[in-house]
Parts: sequence; structure tokens; C-alpha cells
Amino acid sequence: MPIDVDLGSLGFSDGGHLLVKRALRTAGPGGSITVAGRSPELEVDLRAWCRDAGNAFRYQPAQGSRPALAVITNGGAETNRWSGAQRAGEADGGQPGAVVSHAPRRWGLAARGAAVEAGAPEFDFQLVDKIEVWSDDAARLYAQAVAAQWDPKTAIPWDSPFDLDDDVEDAVVQIMTYLIENETAALIVPSRFIAQLHPHFREVMQLLAVQAADEARHIEVFTRRGLLKRSQLGRSTIGGQASLKTLVEETEFAIASFLLSVLGEGTFLSLLWFIERYAPDPVTAAVARLAAQDEGRHVAFGIAHLTQHLSNDPSYRPRLAEAVRRRHDALQHTAGLNAEVFDALVLIAAGSWQPEDVREGHRRVMELTHEMDEGRQKRLRRLGFDETEAAELSGLHTRNFM
Amino acid sequence: MASSGKFVMGAVAYDPKVVTIWDGFQKYFAARGLDLEYVLFSNYEQQVKAHIAGQIHVAWNSPLAWLEVERVATRLGRRVEAICMRDTDMDLTSVIVVRADSAIHALADLKGKTVAVGASDSPQAKLIPLNFLAQQGLNPDKDFSVLVFDKLVGKHGDHIGGERDAVRALLRGEAEAACIVDGNHPAFIREGTIPSGATRILAQTPVFDHCNFTIFDDAPALQIAQFRELLLSMSYADAEVRPLFDLERLKRWVPGRIEGYAQLSAALDRFGTVDAFVDNMVARCQ
Repeated sequence: MPIDVDLGSLGFSDGGHLLVKRALRTAGPGGSITVAGRSPELEVDLRAWCRDAGNAFRYQPAQGSRPALAVITNGGAETNRWSGAQRAGEADGGQPGAVVSHAPRRWGLAARGAAVEAGAPEFDFQLVDKIEVWSDDAARLYAQAVAAQWDPKTAIPWDSPFDLDDDVEDAVVQIMTYLIENETAALIVPSRFIAQLHPHFREVMQLLAVQAADEARHIEVFTRRGLLKRSQLGRSTIGGQASLKTLVEETEFAIASFLLSVLGEGTFLSLLWFIERYAPDPVTAAVARLAAQDEGRHVAFGIAHLTQHLSNDPSYRPRLAEAVRRRHDALQHTAGLNAEVFDALVLIAAGSWQPEDVREGHRRVMELTHEMDEGRQKRLRRLGFDETEAAELSGLHTRNFM
Repeated sequence: MASSGKFVMGAVAYDPKVVTIWDGFQKYFAARGLDLEYVLFSNYEQQVKAHIAGQIHVAWNSPLAWLEVERVATRLGRRVEAICMRDTDMDLTSVIVVRADSAIHALADLKGKTVAVGASDSPQAKLIPLNFLAQQGLNPDKDFSVLVFDKLVGKHGDHIGGERDAVRALLRGEAEAACIVDGNHPAFIREGTIPSGATRILAQTPVFDHCNFTIFDDAPALQIAQFRELLLSMSYADAEVRPLFDLERLKRWVPGRIEGYAQLSAALDRFGTVDAFVDNMVARCQ
């Protein structure tokens, strides 16, 4: 009888099983192979393994010059295991049909494009429909985000010498305190949805993860700037937190993305560039600039994904509008932006306590809120809202900016 | 006999996964028209008692429990049958392992030494290998000492812990040999209990069989036939069945056979392991 696999001195448990399994795969269900080897434990190991693997085992002791042989017949378990497997889309998101419109929960954590064994346990992912989460831009934005990561240690001139007037330093510290609070909301919101998102939508999952990492870095640098010259941070108000709470508690991904990324972070973009422009010191300017660059991507994803969502389901647009109105109603009795932040923005835009400078600072902050409003309206129009509704909805956006 | 209408199966809860397994099978059977209930026992002796008392129709028995029932039935003039078993219940062997650098190269070298074994009621890790040694002229507790690692007595060695402890004792030098079922040797190497190359197989018993579904001759024939047919038709290709098979470690159910219990039966005769239990059961029924 010819020997199909001669393990020589290689033990079955020392890797010999790989050769045996390979030969059995080649033989296919019902096919037999002969295995020889000199390992003293070969027979014991092979017999036990065959029993567990559902393969028939027959042993022929050595006879004369013929070595001992094991004859193994493939019982078909391996083939049976994979007979109902399903390919979970295609790994390359650019391929047609790579991302399915409804991702089965049984695909679980399997890599997109993997063959998934039938009968896998269902995961409790809530976001399983492509229309709710997908953007064709996600892969590009993710790559851009990864390439644009910066190291807080080296990207910011922490050691630049500067010495601000106490009031101006206090204003910067208050602004940083406010930014930290808002960026914490911007970290928590995508993080919550990552856990609900079917990993089939890999690029969106990755993008949200980088988004959360961006916010983690922003929190770090704003904290560090706040404590650069002070031992304590500024104030957190009920109005600010109430506004952010409505964001954190939003359960629908598309609505949260709309309120946070399109309206909130969109508004924040103007704010961060404003802080960068009027920053009284190079460190404040740098942290605002770097954060603004990141926020730009967050806004871009929000718009891209909602544009795609709305092009597939225009009837969703009124729900977005309703969310803005609902949030406005919920917040109408709160103070909105805290007075300390408003005053701090005026002061850094003024640059001094001279009444004329303060007038100019105030004008600049008013101009900022106008710019914010224009930016929101522009983004709302990009999502297909008409001018009147865009103006109305922008006007209802939270006074807390985020 | 168990309450009419319901078909009641008994199994021993040797591991929490037993609930998952039988819940799954119960669902499978229900979808195919067999209303099966299962009862879990904390040990095989309780299951055997319940079976003899007619509280269950079929018992998922260890080989030792099978022989207990069979001996009681024979004495009572009743008949028992092993209707099904796993493919993995057939043709097991036990091995006697020694440390790789041990001076023991033949069974006779065990004379005067200590042999570690699993649970005292484990067929594969105690009764069969010790009977095998006795057949080779080495009588336990006379020609060599037996170091027993009792883990969950009553579960007939279904729990792997006793065998693991026996091997650990061997590696620590507290015993010169250890008795385990063949598949656990590579398994212990894979999990790291046995460092690769640290042990050597000294001897291997002839093949024997393990668990089976046992019925008495008065079990409800139609339901038994349906139960057996459903078991035999289960396929590893079925995604509903496969996870249960993987948990219960089988690839298919096969018709039961009883030839493979001869070694264990001889061990029971030699050591008198179940005599008192069988006497007691018979006395209760007379």
C-alpha cells in the first residue's frame, strides 16, 4: 500500500497533524489516506484525533519490512462544517456588492469578505442597514484621518514663552474648560454608536473610531493648555451640560450625526478658527487650529453620510428637522452658552480692556455667530433643505454652539 | 413509569454546558414532533435509581452507569438496551504515561511504584487501566500504590479534572505513572499541563466504548423509535445541530453496541466496585 504521508520522526502533536489534515482535505469526504511515521506516540495520537474529528481509523502494525501504517478515512466533518458557510460581502469596499444593504447579525465580528460558518451566534448590533450608516466617502475620509493624526507632544509649541494678563489667561482657561466639555460629548456620541454598528460597515466603524481618538486628543491638549499657567480649570454650567445631554442621549445614529457633526461640529469649526485667529498666545492658536482641522473631517463625514441617506430616503429629511425643533424645545428654558464663555470670547477678540477694543471684540463675536449661522444654513441646504427651512432650523440650533 | 405523554430523558450535570446541550436538543426534537423533557442528576447513581424506578424513560449513561443498570436488570430479570451512542464513544483507549526521563520502560518496572489515577469511579482513568495492569500481573495496592485524584465522584470521570491532577502529580514526581484517556494526552500537551516532550506513553489498553442512551425493555416503543431515528438523522452539516455536537463532542450518533464494555465489566468483577450499589438496588426492587 503506498504511503500518502510519511511523518518520519515528526510527532502528530508536534505539527504532524497539519500534514495529515492536508492529505485528508485532498482525499475529500470518503477518501482514505495512509500515514506512516516513527514517532512512538503516533498510533495513540492518531486514533484519538481521528475519533474526535469523525474520521475512521485503522491501524496496521509493522510487518516484516513494511512499516506500521494508519489508514484514515475522511468522515466529511470538515466539509460538512463549511457546507452552509456564507461569504460576508467583499473585503474591498470598492467592489460592486461588497457592502450589503442589510448585514446579517450572524456575521458578527467576521471580517467583511470572510466565509462565515453557518449557525454562528447573533450579535446584538442595532445598526445593520446600509442606508442608516453608510457613506461611499468613509474609506477616503478614514485614510485622510489616519494620515492627519498629530502628536500632541510635538505638534504644539508648549514651551513657547508667553505671559498673558491674568484676565486674558482666565478667559483662555474658561474657553478651554468649555471646549473640553463639548469635546467629551463629541467623543462619547460616536463611541456609543461604534458599539451598535455592524462591523460589516468597517470603514464607518474605523472612521468613527478615529473620530473618537481625535476627540480624546483634543481633550488632552485643551486640558493641557488650560493648566499651562493655572492650577485649576474654569466653570461648567447647567445650560451647557443640558444642551450636551440631549446630544449624548440621542439614540438614532443619523439624527445624532446630524445634530453633532453637521450642526454642532460645523458650528464648532467656526468657533475654533475664531479662537485660532484671536488667540493671545501661540499654544492656544495651535490647539485650536489642529482641532479645527480634525473637526472639518467629522463634519465632512456627517454631511457625506446624511447626503447618501437622504438621497436613498428623502422622507427622512422631516425627521431631521423635527429633531432640531425637539431639541430646541427641550432646551428653550436653559441658558445656552454660558456667560463666562461669551465674555471670554469677547475679551480675547478684544485683546485688551480698552473700551474701543472691547466694542471691536464684541462685534467680532457677533460676526462669529453670524458666520456660524451662515455655515449651518449652507450645510442644511447641502442636505436638501430649502432656504426658508434652513434658516429656521439654523436659528433653532442650540445657543451652546455644539 | 414517567408521566404519560411526556418522554423523559435523564442526564448527569457534570458541567454547566449540559444545560445548553439538552436545551438545544430539546428544541430540535420539539420542532420535529418529539416532546422530550430532560431531568438532570447530580450523579449517575441517582440517575440509575430514577431509571430503575421508572422516573425516566431513557438515560444518557456513562459506561459505568450502563453496567450498573445492566447488572441490576439482569438480577431482576429485566432487559436493558443501549440504543445509541456518539461516534466518539467507540474505540477509546487509556494510556499509562510516565515521565520522559523515567527509568520505567516496561509495565513490570511499575512494581513497588506509585501510579496516579483519576476519579475513583472513572472507567477510563482508573478502573480500566488498573484492570489492564492487573491482567498483566500487577495488582493495584499490592504490587504498586494507587494515588487517586477524586474529582466530582459520582460523575464517573466525566470531569477532566481528576486526570489533569493525576498528570500533574506525575510531573511533580509524586507518582511514577499516570492513567488517562488517550485523547487527553495530546490535549494536556496543547493546554500546557504537560510540557511538550515531558512524558512518554508506557502502555495503551485495548479499545473500549464509553457512553450510551440506555432504555429498559418497557420504555414507550414509539417514542423510543422516534427518539432514536431523530438522533441518527442529525447531521453535522446542520448549523442548528453542529454547535450542540461540538459541545457534546460528536460528529454523528451511531447505533448502540455493548461489546465495548467488556473491559470495564471485568474491572468491576475484579474490584467489586459496584457490588454494594447493585445489591442495594436489587434489594429495593424485590
